Amino acid sequence: MANEASKQFVDAVTAAAQNYADTLSAAAGSAAHAASGGAIDPFVFRLAIFVMAVFVGYYVVWSVTPALHTPLMSVTNAISSVIVVGALLSVGVDASTPGDDGPLWARIFGFIALILACVNIFGGFLVTERMLSMYKKKG
Amino acid sequence: MNANLAALLYLVSGILFILSLRGLSSPASSRQGNLFGMIGMAIAVVTTLAYKAPSGLSAWVLVILGIAIGGGIGAWRARTVKMTDMPQLVAFFHALVGLAAVLVAAGALYAPQAFGIGSVGAIHGASLVEMSLGAAIGAITFTGSIIAFAKLDGRMSGKPILLPQRHAINIALAAAAVILIGIFMATESHVAFWLIVLAAFALGVLLIVPIGGADMPVVVSMLNSYSGWAAAGIGFTLGNLALIITGALVGSSGAILSYIMCKGMNRSFISVILGGFGGETDAGAAGAVETRPVKQGSAEDAAYIMKNAGKVIIVPGYGMAVAQAQHALREMADLLKKEGVDVSYAIHPVAGRMPGHMNVLLAEANVPYDEVFELEDINSEFAQADVAFVIGANDVTNPSAKTDPKSPIFGMPILDVEKAKTVLFIKRGMGSGYAGVENELFFKDNTMMLFADAKKMVENIVKALGH
Repeated sequence: MANEASKQFVDAVTAAAQNYADTLSAAAGSAAHAASGGAIDPFVFRLAIFVMAVFVGYYVVWSVTPALHTPLMSVTNAISSVIVVGALLSVGVDASTPGDDGPLWARIFGFIALILACVNIFGGFLVTERMLSMYKKKG
Repeated sequence: MNANLAALLYLVSGILFILSLRGLSSPASSRQGNLFGMIGMAIAVVTTLAYKAPSGLSAWVLVILGIAIGGGIGAWRARTVKMTDMPQLVAFFHALVGLAAVLVAAGALYAPQAFGIGSVGAIHGASLVEMSLGAAIGAITFTGSIIAFAKLDGRMSGKPILLPQRHAINIALAAAAVILIGIFMATESHVAFWLIVLAAFALGVLLIVPIGGADMPVVVSMLNSYSGWAAAGIGFTLGNLALIITGALVGSSGAILSYIMCKGMNRSFISVILGGFGGETDAGAAGAVETRPVKQGSAEDAAYIMKNAGKVIIVPGYGMAVAQAQHALREMADLLKKEGVDVSYAIHPVAGRMPGHMNVLLAEANVPYDEVFELEDINSEFAQADVAFVIGANDVTNPSAKTDPKSPIFGMPILDVEKAKTVLFIKRGMGSGYAGVENELFFKDNTMMLFADAKKMVENIVKALGH
């Protein structure tokens, strides 16, 4: 009984999450449109995407089986290191302007951030892979 | 590459990240999910390098060097870490995300032109707020995770450290940070930025030190959530969809895990945050010394009882992992299965030191995942079980959580092991559990205590079963 109910619940949230994912991509499309000609501040669109992604996260994470909560944490760790895009922008800045040491500092900060994020990306995905490969079925 | 294409590619990587979490809904699809995550990350990195290429050879060298150093360290840690040490590793990784968020915010402040958010001295107001929020949350995550790491790794006592006036100090620090953010927005002062970071560093330490060892699963989940919000804050600064989506996903994921852990311990989130609970009490020293008799048994007795049972449910706790008894335990289960005994495992939500920890430890010992059940799925089966075999768990089986309103763990969901015909309880001695509560179960007629180190006892049972 309980199993069946939880399965139904999981199916329902999966459908809901997929709906949200669709809405999300539609919203992103309109955000791009607005950025090129609309008058609404791009911040509003980013906020809309953010809020919807919170909902997607909510439904997707509830459908994760409790047996995989540790891999869930390590993989969220890995994907939150997509902050590496910021590190790449910062380390790649043009530091050749004389008399301005701002870009030089940005490079230093970016370089350290890049190393930290890469430890996380490689460490996170690989340790998740290692854990997931241990889960085996009977027989 | 134009900006629209770049934005769409970031969106694709965001969607791939959603799918990577989606894959975790069952062990069968999980590895494919992980692969989606890796592809998403690769797309995000390549897009960034193609859209805003590093300027000049020196920048490219730094990029490759950074990836090589970071990737090397990460890959090495992932291969060498012990599964019992996963909570520490995850806490450590959270710290890295937090610090990276601080540094990226600093980079954006020092070279705003590279991020497309204005020029030095004329950064957009909204960007300044997003930047400082991202940095502040990142800084809290960093120091908080370092403290959590030290506590989990035993480099620091698990006892809560209670400073006098700590709530007042925390509120003052938070208020200072808010005022500084206001000043920073108005002036774009670098000093104000670093003061925000310093205040947040201090706040991170002060928030985590009063939280005791027993509450660490909640703390690790909570910091997971924070690291997500920090990433989202930076995502707003950069206007990067992949970062915004991921931050939101990770933020809500950590929040849900914190909620599940709190429910598993029957603790409110607020009381965990306020701290002071879960210090290791001196077992037996406090309160009345227990003198009631308990039934004791040997490994041979346990082997005999289980061999003749039809259904055995094993209840593992963190003590099993500490004693490294999981491999011997699986051997025991294999022998019992050969005798025709039905063996399954019951996992309490807070059985390990982080969400799902016990499942990983059992999987490492080659226990098939379809023999492992969550509390709500197996609790009704104890009544039909001949033997409940409790190893390294204590509080999660304590019936006083249901019967004694005065008990500190009253209301916590427990595994109903006392309903089994016989309860075999492996324990080192008569000490109380993590929560410092006496377990009524020990004195029941159908309980047989097996006093020994968990690993030794299981090995002896294996030997006895072999005869």
